Amino acid sequence: MGIEQLYIIILACIVAASCSLCGVYLILRRLALISDAISHSVLLGIVCAFFLVHDLNSPILILGATITGVFMVFLTELLISSKRLKKDASIGLVFPLFFSVSILLINLFAGDIHLDQDAVLLGEIAFTPFRLLSLWGLNLGPVSLWVMGGILLLNIGFVLGFYKELKLCTFDRGLAAMLGFFPTYIHYALMSLVSVTAVGAFESVGAILVVALMIVPPASAYLLSRRLSHMIGLSVLFGILSSLLGYFMAFYINVSIAGSMAVMTGVLFGFVFIFSPSQGVLIKFLRYHKQRLRFSANMLLIQLFDHEGTDTEKTENTFSNLVIHMKWSYRFANTVVAYALQHGFINRVDDYLSLTSLGREKARHVSVMDT
Amino acid sequence: MKDLLDDECSVIVQDLTVAYKEKPVLWDIDLKIPKGVLLAIVGPNGAGKTTLLRSIMGLIKPAAGNVSIFGQSIKKQKNTIGYMPQRGSVDWDFPTDALDVVMMGRYGHLGWFRRPTKADKKLALDALDRVGMLDFSDRQLNQLSGGQQQRVFLARALVQDADLYFMDEPFVGVDAVTEQAIIGLLKELRNQSKTVVVVHHDLQTLSDYFDWVSLLNVRQIAYGPVKDVLTNENLRTTYGGRRAFLMANQPFVD
Repeated sequence: MGIEQLYIIILACIVAASCSLCGVYLILRRLALISDAISHSVLLGIVCAFFLVHDLNSPILILGATITGVFMVFLTELLISSKRLKKDASIGLVFPLFFSVSILLINLFAGDIHLDQDAVLLGEIAFTPFRLLSLWGLNLGPVSLWVMGGILLLNIGFVLGFYKELKLCTFDRGLAAMLGFFPTYIHYALMSLVSVTAVGAFESVGAILVVALMIVPPASAYLLSRRLSHMIGLSVLFGILSSLLGYFMAFYINVSIAGSMAVMTGVLFGFVFIFSPSQGVLIKFLRYHKQRLRFSANMLLIQLFDHEGTDTEKTENTFSNLVIHMKWSYRFANTVVAYALQHGFINRVDDYLSLTSLGREKARHVSVMDT
Repeated sequence: MKDLLDDECSVIVQDLTVAYKEKPVLWDIDLKIPKGVLLAIVGPNGAGKTTLLRSIMGLIKPAAGNVSIFGQSIKKQKNTIGYMPQRGSVDWDFPTDALDVVMMGRYGHLGWFRRPTKADKKLALDALDRVGMLDFSDRQLNQLSGGQQQRVFLARALVQDADLYFMDEPFVGVDAVTEQAIIGLLKELRNQSKTVVVVHHDLQTLSDYFDWVSLLNVRQIAYGPVKDVLTNENLRTTYGGRRAFLMANQPFVD
């Protein structure tokens, strides 16, 4: 593996980890859509800053982009607080304006520079190793690795440093405000961080796929976590895993690296969604069927118990009665009877069903528990 | 009722008016809450009960008026105040457990950046024990019943170790046993000469549970000891015509 490839892989992991870190709080604050809005709005800042300094590598671009990101959030919240529009509509209203204006500006004034529309939408992580940082004649590796590394450190510093404050402001804004933790300031600090991260990731993965990296790994982690710290850790893990798997997929079938990374976040989410040991679809399905069988067997026992020794016993306590009166399908009645026989709750003679002493005790127990 | 001296009061509200847009929610409220009482804020829906509570705590900016707590502004008193929010104001699916939620009550004492210590954890466990939830300390919030969640939030208010408590409808959605447990603890706090202010709904339990009451319907109708304030005339002013309906149904309401 060449050094360029290694640069790309490291950069992909750093981008994914940074996005996952701030994404955790977007998920928990139900602001997933904000990541989409910010990642599109930062383009306006990048374009405007570019016209100012005429240098695509200037740090002014990051500053300009961050300011437009936060400004977009501010405008959106102004719209929400006007109470004329709902939250989702307000978000959906502001960012397309920012984005479309920046597309027009690129069309009009920057047709011949590298800021082309494909790169804006999808990014080009494969080109990043070729822009190298050199100081005093020393080759220090790709510029984007340094920039993104700095952004990752910023994310780690923010999430660890303000761990308690972020948790309280996210969970219970009222208490946070009362205890003097300024939830509004924390909110805008987080929005600035999301903007900075979006700008940094923008160059590598583009405006659309950065959303996948910010939202999907934390969403997968959310399904598995019972504590905030676990959610943060898992989300970074899923982010890094997606970029590694994505890189190798892109390499072997020769497709876009950023696209593959985003696909992998989705694949991992699907995997967690189905196989999660506590909330997964599969375990719920199995649990449901087990419960249904157990519950139906109890119903059968109570039916037999209630009619035991009565005049109607000979007709009520039969297999055919289960099908006719209890409206069970023939197959399901068979399964339930087999379950009860296997557990030694009932005896069966031809069509006639009777309780064993164990079954009688169980029926008594169940009916007491339920009343 | 004799006039209260200012230094006998935990909370003094003067001429407080709160408005959303042009619509006043609270009009010219004057309220003095003495130290060491259990006070209920009572009134019909939309009377501004929660708004009054939140304005006293400095969470809402009033259009006019002044609030002082133990003779000072709220900003200087944040650690003398404990708060139990209304159900539904927090995210019950947040990835956290009961103990962690109670620990949040210590954050005000910790201030910025400092992490909770072993001593804070012990205080939190003690508080969970007091509300009878020690066995549930590692349960995730959404696995607790409504009553259990309320107890956890009461425990969180307890570890704030405050002199003045604000509770927004602590009895909503809890069963009779939990209600008794909660009121028992509130009375215990009062007996330790702490002040407890509760937004309450149930007129039937008012005189059993509380010493003081503030009748509110956008304006302050009356406040003072329950036995002085809870007159038919005051209730009619507070609830308007609907009070007749309440009285007629009283024997059948449990």
